[in-house]
Amino acid sequence: MAKKKIKVASPKTGCAACMPNTMEIPLGPQHPALKEPEHFLLEVEGEIIVNVTPRIGYVHRGIEKLAETKTYSQNLTLVERVCGICSHVHSISLVNAVEGILSKHDFEVPERAQYIRTIILELERVHSHILWLGIAAHEIGFDTLFMLSWRDRELSMDLLEEITGNRVNYGINEIGGIRRNMTKEQLDKTIKYMHLTIERLDRYVEICLKEDTIRLRTQGVGILLPSKAKELCTCGPTARASGLAVDIRYDDPYSAYKGALRDILKVVTYDTNDVFSRVVVRLIETIEACKYIIWLVENMPDGPVFAKPPRKIPEAKILSRTEAPRGELIHYLWSNNTNKPYRLKITTPTLANILSVSEMLKGDYIADSTISLASIDPCFSCEDRMITIINKDRRKSKVWTWNFDQLRKYSREWNAKNKRWKK
Amino acid sequence: MVLKKIVNWARVKSPWIIHVNTGGCNGCDIEVVDVLTPRYDVERLGILIQGSPRHADVLVVTGPATQQMKSRLKLLWEQTPDPKFVIAIGACACSGGIFRHSYIPCLGIDTVIPVDIYIPGCPPKPEAIIFGIAQLLAKLQGKDTPVITPKEIDLKSHIKDKEAFAI
Ligand code: SF4
Repeated sequence: MAKKKIKVASPKTGCAACMPNTMEIPLGPQHPALKEPEHFLLEVEGEIIVNVTPRIGYVHRGIEKLAETKTYSQNLTLVERVCGICSHVHSISLVNAVEGILSKHDFEVPERAQYIRTIILELERVHSHILWLGIAAHEIGFDTLFMLSWRDRELSMDLLEEITGNRVNYGINEIGGIRRNMTKEQLDKTIKYMHLTIERLDRYVEICLKEDTIRLRTQGVGILLPSKAKELCTCGPTARASGLAVDIRYDDPYSAYKGALRDILKVVTYDTNDVFSRVVVRLIETIEACKYIIWLVENMPDGPVFAKPPRKIPEAKILSRTEAPRGELIHYLWSNNTNKPYRLKITTPTLANILSVSEMLKGDYIADSTISLASIDPCFSCEDRMITIINKDRRKSKVWTWNFDQLRKYSREWNAKNKRWKK
Repeated sequence: MVLKKIVNWARVKSPWIIHVNTGGCNGCDIEVVDVLTPRYDVERLGILIQGSPRHADVLVVTGPATQQMKSRLKLLWEQTPDPKFVIAIGACACSGGIFRHSYIPCLGIDTVIPVDIYIPGCPPKPEAIIFGIAQLLAKLQGKDTPVITPKEIDLKSHIKDKEAFAI
């Protein structure tokens, strides 16, 4: 980190008349504004950012390959560890994929299990969005709101702990249902806590709409126009804050969203396209999520919560989409009639949103870069996918950040060198 | 001798920490931040989070030390002024946890830097983290801390359904 800073913090050489005098400032991998290792190279002209290059790959752990060596129920544990904040939604995606294959062979998941899964999904959204509000407030220096919102987040954390037994990686899903049922007291407590959370959130909405500390730092910052948002394939709250009504819960329902809940689902959008609009969208969405939880508890059906699945999953390829707190999450599963997946491919929302950060930061001040960056709610542990190839002489290492032409050139060179085509 | 006592007293009173993520899943990180916020609030014990390694006494490390983060973690450790202490939080940081058998060698942070306190759990609860920090402070005061020597256990004899667990 330190080496890099010394190296690049000097002006680019070149003719001053024909080349603007830009500087490069590295942000990360270890930076107080980033909770996770990630690197952004900001190109600045004076105080204004002109270009941003993200570099991902510090958190690559080889999860997809690891998944091929584990059975399906072991994989649920693994897949939860892709991301600690949206852990349940990852396991829901895998479970939905497997159950989607099994549903072709007359296998059905009990409805009560689907309802409890959805309650946990929405609770996770509540805790994740409140967490984000705290982090965003911390980035703009409003630490009071950071502390207050994290205090209120504990309500939903307590509920999650009581229902599932764990605070972060819940481990409640199982193929064919869930591991624990909810008791009557837990249901009552959920309703009580959710009313309390709505009360507190109403106050935050008021604070965010009226407080100058927030408005002045967020309005007109990090603008992402709807056309650009569409072009860069953003998803989740980032897209909704740019006025695009995309929500997988509504567009392609899964779990309990398939039923009557879909009628009361609201796709929250806002149209000022800046960081402020992302704050508003997330806050309103949290309140809506609390209301869905109350609805789910009130309309909870009775019955079993688990049906025993067959051990071997028939051969199929399936794609399952879910709406994580940060956007669209895709799991692509390829099974081969054994108890382990043949291939599992995970695409996470931050990977889709990361390019829009470069667009948001252009033209802004350096001081605003951290809040713009935080505004997409980045979760780097989900999205890292990169391999370092070490050269034969092992002195230089190459990194896969090439474009298509470079990749083709490399493949030609490699083939010529290795004489693959002659075989 | 007296000077040493005073320095030790000051160090125990207010350890400043820096939080480093070396590629974990975020679960441990939010629990670390949770420890700093009102429910648990370790700031009342004088523990403060710092942005720069040069101001910190204690490195709080989460994550399994991925290939890319190894060199950076070492740099951060070198930047922290002496005397420094390292706390490994989570199963990942202690041993690699669930990612141990991946093709990327994620073997825990003690393959890179020396560690003083291990706090296992995936993720450990905030209470466990506070207990771990208290153990570190006790260690600084010269008190005894529990030491666990890892033992290898052969689980294969306990597994009934061998086919389901075959790797
Ligand atoms: S120990 Fe568990 S919760 Fe903590 S970072 Fe590692 S996988 Fe995540």
